Amino acid sequence: MGKYIEMIRIRFLMMLAYRTNYYTGILIYSINIGAYYFLWSAIYGGKENIQGLSISQMITYVAVSWMARAFYFNNIDREIAMEIKEGKVAVELIRPYHYLGMKTMQALGEGIFRLVFFSLPGMVIVSFIFPLQFSTDVSTWGFFALSILFSFIINTQINLMTGMLTFFLFNVDGLMRSKRVLIDLFSGLLLPISFYPLWAQELMKWFPFQAISYLPSMIFTEGFKGQEVVEAILLQALWAVILIIPIQIMWSLAKKKMVIQGG
Amino acid sequence: MYYASMLFQYMGQYLKTRMQYRADMVVELLSDFMFQAANLVFILVVFGHTQVLSGWTRDEIIFIYGFFLVPFAIFASFFNIWDFNERYIVKGEMDRILTRPIHSLFQVILERMELESLFGAITGFIVMGYAAFRLDLSFQWYDLFIFVLFVLGGALVYAGIFVSLASISFWSDAKTSIMPMMYNIGNYGRYPVNIYNKIIRYILTWILPFAFVGVYPSAYFLKKSEWYGYAFLTPVMGIVFFSLSIFIWNAGVKRYRGAGN
Repeated sequence: MGKYIEMIRIRFLMMLAYRTNYYTGILIYSINIGAYYFLWSAIYGGKENIQGLSISQMITYVAVSWMARAFYFNNIDREIAMEIKEGKVAVELIRPYHYLGMKTMQALGEGIFRLVFFSLPGMVIVSFIFPLQFSTDVSTWGFFALSILFSFIINTQINLMTGMLTFFLFNVDGLMRSKRVLIDLFSGLLLPISFYPLWAQELMKWFPFQAISYLPSMIFTEGFKGQEVVEAILLQALWAVILIIPIQIMWSLAKKKMVIQGG
Repeated sequence: MYYASMLFQYMGQYLKTRMQYRADMVVELLSDFMFQAANLVFILVVFGHTQVLSGWTRDEIIFIYGFFLVPFAIFASFFNIWDFNERYIVKGEMDRILTRPIHSLFQVILERMELESLFGAITGFIVMGYAAFRLDLSFQWYDLFIFVLFVLGGALVYAGIFVSLASISFWSDAKTSIMPMMYNIGNYGRYPVNIYNKIIRYILTWILPFAFVGVYPSAYFLKKSEWYGYAFLTPVMGIVFFSLSIFIWNAGVKRYRGAGN
């Protein structure tokens, strides 16, 4: 266990060395949030609420979704694909740790770094510019913290699977880009899932994407209340467990199928 | 003439290299297409909950988005200079460019072409066609020429902004993230400017005139006569901003000292 914690620490320090890149990152996210702020204000027009969300809840939803994205987002799918292509994965496999575990820990180090240096200051800055609505209920914050942890786990699991596809398909660059678009759209980052037509909502229930962004953001904006909050977190936990199965299957198949070219 | 033949030579070579990896290209085109579709889904879903957006209907917004895709596709195919600083200044590649007998900017454009982005224009036409059909728009014969003029104007606005930004690297070779930021600001131009507040509207019109890539020129085809003045400014803005950027670029090249050995 100690070595995995060390991996988190090293990645965190690595990110810290390049922290200036992140100040402009906050600005970029603020610009995006700004665009949606005006767009949503126009969409609401005079309406009190749409699908149970008031305009200030909607703005908060957009802001918190983007800032949470900084935490759960990572490029380990790309890193895994690179290491497989370059043959480095062969060396990783003989080292005394689980390759996927190592990647997950690195992603966590990166996530914690972004949470501290990106999401938190970003959220403070954004709350000065736009009228956000923060909950005063401590339990909401607690549930939200738990919920974005699950967001991270589920998003990372999906990234692990996408990265591992390189073992079978050799080149997944296009696939990784499509996956990113799909996740932005179907996770609820751009639009709350409850805004979609009913048939689409039914369909999305069967996919893990909404557990990444929609559920935590709804908890934060208090769009979910009481029982719904607990159900949302249980659903996330369920997905986090279910996704272990395809990962294990892919991993054992990959180890058999692996071809190292050069290296 | 010499420049045109150079352009076609480079295009030919480029297509050959891309055709080498066909499967990869198809997947890339598909992912581009998905990206464009995602934005469309956003508009469609939003209009499931509202009838008008500051006086613009669903199909009008869709038309604007479709129009935006066409100049943007042209820009993205030829002005792929967002990483100019790292690629040419930091690595010293600019030295090589300057020894070539054609204008340095043109040379950079030739080397960084990404012709497959032109497929975005096809998506744009399909989206516009759908919206035009739903809106029952009628066109005159001269609208075709106006369309070409507006598309070129929009592409030049984009090109002007990005070439100017790339030229900054001649003065300061520090790494900046201003380029990705500008791509995000560019998205503001896809929606009607009157949803923004006065300051942002002013910026989008006169300082970073992204509104001339989407909403203003589209207003002409949508017969929104109150915006005609702005619509016909599109080619003018394109030429002004692009000329200005060439001027900055040339001034920058004069100052260029080269990095490394």
